[in-house]
Amino acid sequence: MKTNRFWSWIALAFGILYFVVPLIGTLEFSLRMRRGVYSLDAYWVILSDPRFQATFGYSIVMALVTIVVGIVLVVPTAYWVRLRLPSWRPFLEFITLLPLVIPAIVVVFGYIRLYNTSSFLPLTGSAMGTNILLVFGYTMLALPYMYRAVDTGLGAIDIRTMTEAAESLGASRIKIMWSVILPNVLVAVLSGAFLTFAIVIGEFTMAALLNRPAFGPFLQLIGANRAYEPAALAVISFAITWVCMGLIQVVTRLNKSLAATKR
Amino acid sequence: MSFLTISHLKKSFGATTVVHDFNLDIEKGEFVSFLGPSGCGKTTVLRMVAGFETPTSGKISIGGQDVVNLKPNQRNIGMVFQAYALFPNMTVAQNVAFGLKVAKKPQAEIDATVQEMLSLIKLDHLGDRYPYQLSGGQQQRVALARALATKPQVLLLDEPLSALDAKIRVSLREEIRAIQRKLGITTIFVTHDQEEALSISDRIVVMYEGKAEQVGAPFEIYNQPSSRFVASFVGTLNTFDATVRDAAAGIIAIDGKDVMIGQKITNHKTGDKISLAVRPEAVSLGEATDKRETTLDGKINSVHFLGSVIRIRASLGENIVSFDTFNNPSAPPPSPGENVKVSLAAKDMLLLGQ
Repeated sequence: MKTNRFWSWIALAFGILYFVVPLIGTLEFSLRMRRGVYSLDAYWVILSDPRFQATFGYSIVMALVTIVVGIVLVVPTAYWVRLRLPSWRPFLEFITLLPLVIPAIVVVFGYIRLYNTSSFLPLTGSAMGTNILLVFGYTMLALPYMYRAVDTGLGAIDIRTMTEAAESLGASRIKIMWSVILPNVLVAVLSGAFLTFAIVIGEFTMAALLNRPAFGPFLQLIGANRAYEPAALAVISFAITWVCMGLIQVVTRLNKSLAATKR
Repeated sequence: MSFLTISHLKKSFGATTVVHDFNLDIEKGEFVSFLGPSGCGKTTVLRMVAGFETPTSGKISIGGQDVVNLKPNQRNIGMVFQAYALFPNMTVAQNVAFGLKVAKKPQAEIDATVQEMLSLIKLDHLGDRYPYQLSGGQQQRVALARALATKPQVLLLDEPLSALDAKIRVSLREEIRAIQRKLGITTIFVTHDQEEALSISDRIVVMYEGKAEQVGAPFEIYNQPSSRFVASFVGTLNTFDATVRDAAAGIIAIDGKDVMIGQKITNHKTGDKISLAVRPEAVSLGEATDKRETTLDGKINSVHFLGSVIRIRASLGENIVSFDTFNNPSAPPPSPGENVKVSLAAKDMLLLGQ
């Protein structure tokens, strides 16, 4: 028993070192911009760079729009499939898993071929059109996470009986979705939203190939031309992702404690 | 003309027909129970009335209007489900107000109706609670108030007491009946619990394999079952194998002993093997004291002491009979294996149809 625990600790220590040492190295390096002393100069340079503010702001807006589109697409679909077409669930799960196996670069080349300026729907011909295309691309990339989060949330409530109860009280489908279903899967939707946010903020391939001023290409640009700033940017990116993960944990725990109270 | 009419209703799922040619007329303000075992089609009929299932054929009309093609939210029907189905994100008051808000009633009217409904179910002090803060019985009362708030023309109750413990079940069923009487609302109550159906219904529809086996008042269903299924499903029943000795005089032989059943046997001739049923209350321990009773020799199989009553199983030749007797502190119950006399009230024997 004791031997087992010893090796467990060794494995855990190795895992921690494997993940933490590069992070500590990056953090330490990002603080060494000023010779001989630790400083936050690299962070200051990054945060005061107008390109950082512009690209980060752009990506935040894109992430929020992607979250809205994702919710509008996924929540009614997952709800309807669970309610009326349960036999379609495996098919839908397969579809939503495809973005994990099809590389983003393949998808974006497909988009460019389909929606270029000489196509029937020339979305890439304007900045707004390309932004719309990028949002759809991001929505697709986030689909596996958003769908699973929402589907799990729907599985935790008796949607059929609640829908029928609301219908017998005269509610329309839209009213049921808005007032009954959505509030009861809000925690699941938030989990999906935070994951979507983390994915969109760091996404490079689609934004770069569609030539949009997103945070991902800015990360790459800084990384290719500067020394200390990319390390600071990497730490900032990690921090954003961790905040998102932390928020998922918070809402999940909140949901679990609420469920425990309900029992 | 009846308020709610169901005629020639049929429902099939693929090749399986779960409801066959179901017909029923319900008067305004009547409390009708659908009683039957699981899978007999009672909930399917209820769901077709609610609009959650579309009939394969047949007609449902409420207040003279054919509702088959109306969506559930257009039928003005209140429904209470076994699983309560309260909206977890809303307080008790918000749950009750939901249907009124959907109907876009003025806020003052909504507030007044919510208060009235909460008083009706005696939960006016719990309006701000969430469903998870209530007991099962309280949740179901809120579900009832929510269903009644919109003043539906028909109230449908789909096994609303099944998830509750025995004591709450009894008190809540009486409460439901009292509220139904007070409001005079036409109600259909689905249950598989015969005691529930017998105790609160104006009429009972006993269902079996998608058909209405018998429709009648509780007294009638219990005392004059029209089929072997109804007789065996409603109440405890002892069945006997017997031989017709004289069909015209109503004499049969049970275990070789002649018994007068007090009615002509019309569907069988002398010498036929028949089945008879007798309720436990028509069986007693000891010699017959009434000339309309028959005494048979029996042997005690088992004795279960249940407090105020003692449940006895005894063999009468080839037949087994089960009956209850009141506890008498000065007369101990018989012991298993003891030979006893058992008397049957022959006039209460039911000749079972095949």
